[in-house]
Amino acid sequence: MSEPVLSIRGLTKRFGTTTVLDGVDLDVARGEVLVVIGASGSGKTTLLRCVNALVPYDAGSITLDGVEVGYTAPGSGVRRSDRALSAIRADIGMVFQMFNLFPHLSARDNVALGLKVTRGMAKREAVARAEHWLARVGLADRMDHLPSQLSGGQQQRVGIARAVAMEPKLLLLDEITSALDPELVGEVLDVVRGLAAEGMTMLMVTHEMSFARDAGHRVVFMDQGRIAEEGVPKEVLGNPRSERLQRFLRRIELRTE
Amino acid sequence: MIEAMIYALPFLGQGFLVTLAVSGLVVAGSLVLGLVLGTALAFGPVWLGLPIRAFADTARAIPLIVLIFTVYYGLPALGVNLSPFWAAVAALTLFKTGHVIEIVRGAITSIAAGQMEAAKAIGLSFVDRLRYVIFPQAVRRFLPPWINSVTDSVKGSALVSLVGVVDLMMAIQQVIGRTYQPMPLYLLGAIIYIAVNASLSVTSRRLEARFARVVAS
Ligand SMILES: Nc1ncnc2c1ncn2[C@@H]1O[C@H](COP(=O)(O)OP(=O)(O)OP(=O)(O)O)[C@@H](O)[C@H]1O
Ligand SMILES: [Mg+2]
Repeated sequence: MSEPVLSIRGLTKRFGTTTVLDGVDLDVARGEVLVVIGASGSGKTTLLRCVNALVPYDAGSITLDGVEVGYTAPGSGVRRSDRALSAIRADIGMVFQMFNLFPHLSARDNVALGLKVTRGMAKREAVARAEHWLARVGLADRMDHLPSQLSGGQQQRVGIARAVAMEPKLLLLDEITSALDPELVGEVLDVVRGLAAEGMTMLMVTHEMSFARDAGHRVVFMDQGRIAEEGVPKEVLGNPRSERLQRFLRRIELRTE
Repeated sequence: MIEAMIYALPFLGQGFLVTLAVSGLVVAGSLVLGLVLGTALAFGPVWLGLPIRAFADTARAIPLIVLIFTVYYGLPALGVNLSPFWAAVAALTLFKTGHVIEIVRGAITSIAAGQMEAAKAIGLSFVDRLRYVIFPQAVRRFLPPWINSVTDSVKGSALVSLVGVVDLMMAIQQVIGRTYQPMPLYLLGAIIYIAVNASLSVTSRRLEARFARVVAS
């Protein structure tokens, strides 16, 4: 098996006295689509935020292609400088639940900003790549629109284009369809399917179980800051071992019916 | 009445320029200081934020006139000798900076936290996050109260006459000292201050409209 792109060992995160992540071990292989499921408050978002160095953590290590993400070395406890963190984040894409598009920039400029400023591309080149990706997510005719002029599904597709245009080694997706009207979910998940087919490495939190089943390579179930079950989707979702996962899946099914 | 005003006008030119100079220096100085300190207050660690907070609150709590006299009489006691002009500019700038810090902090914290995270996620450095993401959005919240504070600065600059700086206000009083006709002169002064601040308001409304268009919510 090839070296994992992302490797998490003993990740522990506390907010005050509550332990939100409690010794998480997780590897994501190159090209793998790893789906994270779990009840509200189980620590899924916090996990992604640790991986993208958006929050510090208390113990454990996270490495991307062998490089420790948030700290100067595993267990050093010394936070990297802002510059070093930015360089690492540039190689990790993130798509947010609430889109978080830049409201003052057109769809094109939302995608081109990181290319110009972080990647240092010339303006022409950056715009060309932004337009390429916006076309890929089906927004060729919406390049000049501001986020406020786009539907939720369109905004989220801009969010995906913004992240993948940076050609990240790893893409993090946090419940990217849960703020959308049901009829807009499909268009966004189709884009993600396309990326998966092209070999994009993804760590994805979702409550879309049918998507997890047919597009996910592996599923982990998080419970109270721990990974409680993990395996291929068919196994984990079709044959849940723990009482808690069974209850969780029943609740999700009730909600989506 | 009108004649008295026309007679006075040539004597007011120099003072008017001083008023503009004081206002301009105070506005520019407090803008630079307020942007830096307000940004530090919004993003910096507590040990940096606390003194800034204390400074901003103190500067705004002291009546402007007290601040001017304190700087004017206090600095020489500390061995710093400033001309009345620069002492007055320094006092007004301190006062104004307190306001600008508060305006900057408010404008920045009005931007949703998700914006900063999205900017981090595409690898922007701290300065680039401010430059390309936070400031362009915060400017719309910043402008209306800041323009108010600019007109306040112009009005407040009249207090420098109290430490002997010959600004518009002082020039008016000097003319009154010769003509013994206070009414037309104070009226003229009011008109000039109104004219300056009205043109500021018009400019600012244009600016605001432009930014509102650029930064559609
Ligand atoms: N900034 C914070 N300060 C304090 N507690 C926090 C903070 N962020 C998250 N938490 C807590 O950490 C726990 C895990 O939160 P997290 O957002 O990771 O859960 P989640 O699995 O993503 O839930 P959801 O499905 O609702 O998005 C929750 O109990 C939450 O209240
Ligand atoms: Mg979450």
